[in-house]
Amino acid sequence: MASKTKAFEVKKQMDAVEKEFQMFQILNEKGEVVNEDAMPDLSDEQLQELMRRMVYTRILDQRSISLNRQGRLGFYAPTAGQEASQIASHFALEKEDYIAPGYRDIPQIVWHGLPLYKAFLWSRGHYQGMQIPEDLRILPPQIIIGAQYIQTAGIALGLKKKGEKAVAITYTGDGGTSQGDFYEGINFAGVYKVPAIFVVQNNHFAISTPVELQTAANTLAQKAVAAGIPGVQVDGMDPLAVYAAVKQARERAINGEGPTLIETITYRYGPHTMSGDDPTRYRTKELDSEWEKKDPLVRFRIFLENKGLWNEEMEEKVIEEAKEDIKQAIKQADAAPKQKVTDLISIMNVELPPNLKEQYEIYKEKESK
Amino acid sequence: MAQMTMIQAINDAMRLELKRDNKVLIFGEDVGKNGGVFRATENLQAEFGEDRVFDTPLAESGIGGLAIGLAMTGFRPVPEIQFFGFVYEVMDSLAGQMSRYRFRTGGTFKMPITVRSPFGGGVHTPELHADSLEGLMAQTPGIRVVIPSTPYDAKGLLISAIRSDDPVVFLEHMKLYRSFRQEVPEGEYTIDLDKADIKREGKDISIIAYGAMVHEALKAAEELEKDGYSAEVIDLRTVSPLDIDTIIASVEKTNRAIVVQEAQKSAGIAANVVAEITERAILSLEAPVMRVTAPDTVYPFAHAESVWLPNYKDIIETAKEVLTF
Repeated sequence: MASKTKAFEVKKQMDAVEKEFQMFQILNEKGEVVNEDAMPDLSDEQLQELMRRMVYTRILDQRSISLNRQGRLGFYAPTAGQEASQIASHFALEKEDYIAPGYRDIPQIVWHGLPLYKAFLWSRGHYQGMQIPEDLRILPPQIIIGAQYIQTAGIALGLKKKGEKAVAITYTGDGGTSQGDFYEGINFAGVYKVPAIFVVQNNHFAISTPVELQTAANTLAQKAVAAGIPGVQVDGMDPLAVYAAVKQARERAINGEGPTLIETITYRYGPHTMSGDDPTRYRTKELDSEWEKKDPLVRFRIFLENKGLWNEEMEEKVIEEAKEDIKQAIKQADAAPKQKVTDLISIMNVELPPNLKEQYEIYKEKESK
Repeated sequence: MAQMTMIQAINDAMRLELKRDNKVLIFGEDVGKNGGVFRATENLQAEFGEDRVFDTPLAESGIGGLAIGLAMTGFRPVPEIQFFGFVYEVMDSLAGQMSRYRFRTGGTFKMPITVRSPFGGGVHTPELHADSLEGLMAQTPGIRVVIPSTPYDAKGLLISAIRSDDPVVFLEHMKLYRSFRQEVPEGEYTIDLDKADIKREGKDISIIAYGAMVHEALKAAEELEKDGYSAEVIDLRTVSPLDIDTIIASVEKTNRAIVVQEAQKSAGIAANVVAEITERAILSLEAPVMRVTAPDTVYPFAHAESVWLPNYKDIIETAKEVLTF
């Protein structure tokens, strides 16, 4: 005979989760404010600066792609489409905060203070690219998906132990949430209640694999529940929503209330990287154009124009500025010294072990010929 | 001076470093109140508090990542991996991350991390608790692998490892933890990393070993002495990178060498030692350089350990082959 009460109510549980993780939005794709109560406290100048950075970053992406095609840049992962997720999340940070980026998150570390020419040197595979100045709190872009999450738990624990009023923020993509390190990172951060912000930029494809093949979960934000930390899904094409979510997460963190997981719903217009990926193999034109209608720059531009805070002239000025900066940065990158094996040996350890000391001498001799 | 087992010497080294430098942090699975499954961290949490000595969730990769992040914020982490057989779970943090951060940042970051972990066979553990996996680490540029064979060495080497600004994997052979006591100074002292130690001088053959095999080698040397052979026993101590100078000087004196490791035969530390001797001292050799190792199987079930692990008799046999070549 069947029991009257079931051990667990599947539908009730699933519905409750779905209800709890609805996408947070402030600015819709027409540039209309749909959530006035959640509007972040940003001055007109700050709103303009946020727009300026997003436009600048779009140009940086376009120029980086063409420099890559000309063979003047190396490894590059395009960013267009993700400006709200990247730039607005960074806009909520302070100088003293740490950033642990993935390889697509070059814009955030550049806006945090990494000179552009160094980002270019890193792309080219020059060791001076990620020689990070002592007062700049960034990590090199992480290549192993998810590794930055556990390291961020460590950085945030370090900040807590030192009593610093600062946070550590890290970024991964939708695919990253399938890695064990993703869960270990948010779980450690939850246990130690550290000031960390974990951002998942859900651009729907991990190279070619759609997010539906990464997980049976409706949202990636709900994965926070398993670690006992709050999670929120935000419209990642809406700079105001992203900013508001990160700002709130930062305040919680600084107040000792622990970490937050933020999923931003976004899209990359370009390929996974410039190293041969062809998105037409796994995405339709229709899907691309559907997402282009949600473009963060378009909606923010309308919003600002309606407030009289943005116009074509201002946009042109940023574009010119970006192009000029990029030109100068490439020149500076070109001036970097040619790399030698002895340079590479000498950056291996603080104290070189005997094998490297010996090999240093061998290469020094070779290089002197 | 005090009589200490190796586990006491290791505990003492950590206690002294916790006291000396408030940036030193100790963490891992069960290292807090429980003092570690082998009691290596016994009483450290009680003495230094939960801020300095703390338990982690059960996740080796997370422990490795935590150490890296803490190092980036100025700490000197000493994480414990409960058994080195679990290293596969933390391989990216070790070989993909902490070994590379200095290089990756063009020499601007440092990773003053000492990863401690018990390893080694002969104590009837379940699977993946006893494997000798130092060879995996030896192929990782940027990491030093240190394996002490005595309480005195363990304390001095561990203090040096903790003070090193580069990452060190510090492997502690389980069978040596409590197998004998030795006079160990009570205060702090250091033993240089990257330096082998001649544990017994001899002139007819060099027996190069590390970890528990140092003691098998010493026992073999005593037996060989009875047969009129004088064997020199070198304890590598830092197994990667190798102290080539000490090895070559010994081989040039004895003209014969064998290398002993508890690990399986293929690849690994012993093969590396043989290659270095061949490259650098071939004209000094009177015989091939032979290896005494375990066979190339998976580490065996507990009751087969005694037939699988190399021992002093195997060493004597191989030494005689080389001596009479």
